[in-house]
Amino acid sequence: MNYYLLALLKAAILAFVFLTALAYLQLVERKLLAHIQLRLGPYRVGPHGVWQPLADVIKLVTKEDLIPSHVNKFFYVLAPMIAVALALVSIAVIPFGPEVEVFGVRTWLQLTDLKIGILFTLAISSVGVYGVALGGWASNNKYSLLGGLRSSAQMISYELPLALAIAAPLLLVNTLSFREMANGQAGFSFGFIPNWNIFSGPFPQIIGFAVFLIAAFAETNRVPFDLPEAENELVAGFHTEYSAMKFASFFMAEYANIVTITCVATVLFLGAWHPLFPAEYGSDFVPVILLVLGGLISLYHATQPARRWDRWTFPLFGVIAFLLAALFLIPVLKPILIPLFWFLAKTGTLIFIFIWVRGTLPRFRYDQLMRFAWTFLFPVALVNLLITGLMVALFPK
Amino acid sequence: MSLDVILFLVFAFIAVVSAVSLVVQTHPIASALSLVGVMGALAVLYLLLGGEFIAAAQMIVYAGAIMVLFVFVIMLLNAGAERRSISKARFAKWFGIPLFAIFVGLLSFVVQALLPKTTEVKFGNFTAAGGGEVGAVLFTRYVLPFEVTSILILVAILGAVVLARKEI
Repeated sequence: MNYYLLALLKAAILAFVFLTALAYLQLVERKLLAHIQLRLGPYRVGPHGVWQPLADVIKLVTKEDLIPSHVNKFFYVLAPMIAVALALVSIAVIPFGPEVEVFGVRTWLQLTDLKIGILFTLAISSVGVYGVALGGWASNNKYSLLGGLRSSAQMISYELPLALAIAAPLLLVNTLSFREMANGQAGFSFGFIPNWNIFSGPFPQIIGFAVFLIAAFAETNRVPFDLPEAENELVAGFHTEYSAMKFASFFMAEYANIVTITCVATVLFLGAWHPLFPAEYGSDFVPVILLVLGGLISLYHATQPARRWDRWTFPLFGVIAFLLAALFLIPVLKPILIPLFWFLAKTGTLIFIFIWVRGTLPRFRYDQLMRFAWTFLFPVALVNLLITGLMVALFPK
Repeated sequence: MSLDVILFLVFAFIAVVSAVSLVVQTHPIASALSLVGVMGALAVLYLLLGGEFIAAAQMIVYAGAIMVLFVFVIMLLNAGAERRSISKARFAKWFGIPLFAIFVGLLSFVVQALLPKTTEVKFGNFTAAGGGEVGAVLFTRYVLPFEVTSILILVAILGAVVLARKEI
């Protein structure tokens, strides 16, 4: 197939899936937070609120686009554009699966593979600070300015442990390209321990993974590091003065950053699309079993409906789960869907942890945040890198 | 025209426009962001030549770390727009532009005369500067300059700490 046509098609599919996922991630977060706090969450738009993201998008697009009179207009408009554009770029280098054949065309489940893929994501994330900092400054509002300043100081500080935590697994896989990184983590040691960087020798990267995850929370301005938008001290921080689509841009950028950084963590530490246990022990049937179980639970709840509409929504969800399970059994789709499932499962787990932490932990104070980064996280990441380097030098693969 | 040339022209234009804007802008934030624009455009030019690692390093170190600190400090100091005093000197008014043109012409002539014969640069020719190659050279051939630079930076950090101590 024509190279350009194929690239355009892949880009279109990825853009559609990514943007839809961002919209639905917001629903997932609201639902999960609600259940953590013993509430129901969005419930009115569609069954169990499944059309809520659609309604939100319509609301945000049709809202009046307000530009306050006291702002620096050029930078005020530029800031959300920078934030959202940079946040959406990084996903292009993430590999979601191996090389597959679709309708006779062999292609990778990845938009493009750069030799310096991991550096590319680092570069994009380090430039992404400008969106937040500029938005806060251009709003000409003291709360926004404080939010923007806090955010840039925090992102600069946590970029250091983040980069050091990334460097250690890079020593193990000996490449900067995401595709080679994922390929290098295939297979199992002793027949059952996956060769993921978090488990594999000579020095398992469990500490590195923990440091990476903590720094990732700070980089994406999430609880417990959400000081840039601490609502009880700074109203809404850097996006106080923003409304309609400009506000939505910042919102989208935040979720896109979460998705990207969890994808990076998946490829870097959790072995990308490689399964948790070998296919001989039936790892290919995990998605089918999970979906069938989900469908059965839905059907069970349908027999004792708590609300009136549960009588038809739960059977519908159950049937959808069974249909999806059947998809995983079709031999033609299997080589595409199984790797995608494992990638999605790992990324989804990490995103769930992000939301779980938001529902659980309180916010840091600013001096605690800085002291934690410089006196604890940074030395730990440095020692981890040194030990990894020593072990790789002593016991080369 | 190949895509390489088109991309080169586009990003060279962006680099030059950003550089001019850096000097012309009155507000420090606008100047700093113009500098970020120059660095971003230069990174793309490095990419066109094939130097992927250099391009990424340019974005991470200059655009991502150093310029963010610049912008941070400008915001913290809340520096306002610069007030330009327009010179009333008659000499500058009449002879400024012609003299500047002559200066640029002379300078370009001298530079061209002094430079050795250049060879033509091809797009994508400099692929030998990957992460591995740069690292290997840094720790073998250029290990002394590398270490001297790190000590210099360490001295600068110590100096900053000593200066800041008085305030605390």
